[in-house]
Amino acid sequence: MRPMSTGTYTQLLDLACGAFLLAAVVVLWRRELVAIVRTFALQGIALAAIPLLIGLHEQRWGLIAVATGIGALRAGLLPYLMRRALAALTPSGGEEHHYEEDVSEARETQPLVNVAASLLTAAALTLLAYAVARPLVALNPGPAARALPVGLAVVLIGLFVLATRRRALAQVVGFLLLDNGITATAFLAASGVPLIVELGVSFDVLLAVLVLQILTTRMRTAFGTTDIDDLRELHD
Amino acid sequence: MPTSPSSLGTTASALILAVPIAVPLATGATYAAIRRYAPTDWLSLVSPAAILASGVVLAHAMPGGGAVNAYGGVLRADAVTVWMLLVVGAVAAVACAAGPAYLAHERATGHATQGTARAYHLLVHAFLGAMCAAVLAGNLGVLWVAIEATTIVTAFLVGHRRTRASVEAAWKYVVICSAGIALAFLGIVLLYYAARAAGIPEATALDWPTLVAHADRLDPAVTRLGIALLILGFGAKAGLVPLHAWLPDAHSQAPAPVSALMSGVLLAVSFAAVLRGKVIADAALGPGYAQTLLSLAALLTLALAAALLLGQRDYKRMLAYSSMEHMSLIALGAAIGTPLARAAVLLHIAGHGLAKTVAFCSSGHILHLRRTTRIGRVRGLLARAPGLGAAFGLAVVALLGFPPFSLFASELGIVRAGFTAGLGWLTALALLLVLTAFAALALRTTRMLLGPLPLAPGTPAVPVRLGPAAGLPLAVGLLACAALGVSAGPLTDLLTAATTILGGH
Repeated sequence: MRPMSTGTYTQLLDLACGAFLLAAVVVLWRRELVAIVRTFALQGIALAAIPLLIGLHEQRWGLIAVATGIGALRAGLLPYLMRRALAALTPSGGEEHHYEEDVSEARETQPLVNVAASLLTAAALTLLAYAVARPLVALNPGPAARALPVGLAVVLIGLFVLATRRRALAQVVGFLLLDNGITATAFLAASGVPLIVELGVSFDVLLAVLVLQILTTRMRTAFGTTDIDDLRELHD
Repeated sequence: MPTSPSSLGTTASALILAVPIAVPLATGATYAAIRRYAPTDWLSLVSPAAILASGVVLAHAMPGGGAVNAYGGVLRADAVTVWMLLVVGAVAAVACAAGPAYLAHERATGHATQGTARAYHLLVHAFLGAMCAAVLAGNLGVLWVAIEATTIVTAFLVGHRRTRASVEAAWKYVVICSAGIALAFLGIVLLYYAARAAGIPEATALDWPTLVAHADRLDPAVTRLGIALLILGFGAKAGLVPLHAWLPDAHSQAPAPVSALMSGVLLAVSFAAVLRGKVIADAALGPGYAQTLLSLAALLTLALAAALLLGQRDYKRMLAYSSMEHMSLIALGAAIGTPLARAAVLLHIAGHGLAKTVAFCSSGHILHLRRTTRIGRVRGLLARAPGLGAAFGLAVVALLGFPPFSLFASELGIVRAGFTAGLGWLTALALLLVLTAFAALALRTTRMLLGPLPLAPGTPAVPVRLGPAAGLPLAVGLLACAALGVSAGPLTDLLTAATTILGGH
């Protein structure tokens, strides 16, 4: 197979990174948890495209295998687990709850920051990421490193989701956005961390999501809701 | 890095480095696998024994600050590793020995079935294995994976009761720790990027000794960002501000022996990662950068812990805030960074581990006895249960920094090092905050230990005996802490070697 021309590679890589960032912004915009999980799965595909493109460009087959694994985990298994948790919380079917305002488990009813302000914050965080990442881009200029701020922007947006969303599952998505952002940064900066570390990290993330899923169910049993604001048993 | 060859062969080092990880995992698996005739709770002492034994063998195998490598540098032991292994082993010995008494009471009150006891053993031993893996990791990525694994296995131990408080604590614990430590991973990724850009090959670019040896070639701007994230992330797991909010909840909700392990060693294991990061930072950026970050985190944590200790009404949360106080002292010592301060930090890690373990294990017995964690409702503990009251009281005395316990020597060392290193104002401020915490802790403990027995008139006050199964581990822990305070004895050489390594030599 011929290596991809640099022009095509740069364009496709920028496209994947753009889709990756856009997905994070859409997560902020949507309120239905089902839509949020679907967007997260799409982001997983964009994320897997990054090592795939780098692998094709540099003709490194190992990286293509890693891309397949990343895609299976982040666009397949993790969204599946989230959908299952959501189905367990909303027995009568998640998406038919539009009429039932404010009490549905399937919606992020009142995030701490409203959608318009969230989108503005996302823009500000992206600018911040570009400012912070300047020394990173300067270290190794190339098409991949130039896209690096996108990874950091998604990390910051993930932290923002984690801090402002009230549904337990929305917080899990925030954590996973954070994680996707770090993985993207690793691929764009250094074509990914060594395989043993990548495997360990993926395994840890999978287990963490499983643990959080079980805790969500227990939270629903103990509190009758998965609204984080209701967690106020422990304080000083 | 001095890499004087150790006296171990390749196979022997591969074996001895695997023991502290494999034996706890195997013990946990044994508990999980044997269902019909449940193994005795005392089997859990196998893990700490194996950890201690391998620590002793490693200490003898590499005199003079060498290192043992295995599995292509994935596992690596130097003097700091051995010191941490011994601390993990000693604290785990006390906590695991306190396990049978805890489980016996849980069974007697109907809180624990055979299934929950099995899960308890499985998770505790997986936790020990993960901590040893974190201590033994020679590769920063593997270190991160191991520390995140400790969060995952302890989540259900924190949430074991399934009450609202318990679920809330577990949720906060997993979310804050996982997100916090994810930032540390971003820091590791950036260090890897800097190392790759400096021409270090992929296979060794995350190895700690390689990063230290080639630190001068790392790009300063990228390294600065990476180190800040590393300190923030691993600091979260070590209970340092700003990502500390999980700590009092998790430590107060977990079963007493698990609280002991989390407070006594997990915080220190996580902080050891910060210490390793600081060696890289000092070599790459000069000593000022990590010092500023660490002293800032130390002072803020100390101020917060002291303030919350002042109004504390719950004795398990009181112990948790005292852990934050001690972790910030350790961070302060690391920030000062002179040889005396580094030795004091290592000694403080060991002393705090032992004293806090005894304190948490006895708090578990107090909870069983009085069925409350409110300080105000535990009166006259010394009269009601003399042995238990004495153990809890002595553990708090150790935590307050009185001689002969080793925390006296290490706190004195940190303070002296602070004044001689020209950080006088910082140390003085910290000392003031420590005194506040001291007063709060002393006052509340006195209220628990002394005072009249809250009994109905006419009830005969029969003192409760602690019994050897519950009392012996506490006594051994206190004795070890006191012995360490009198003299480091055979550990002196190890402490010196570990201090040198943390100085980046």
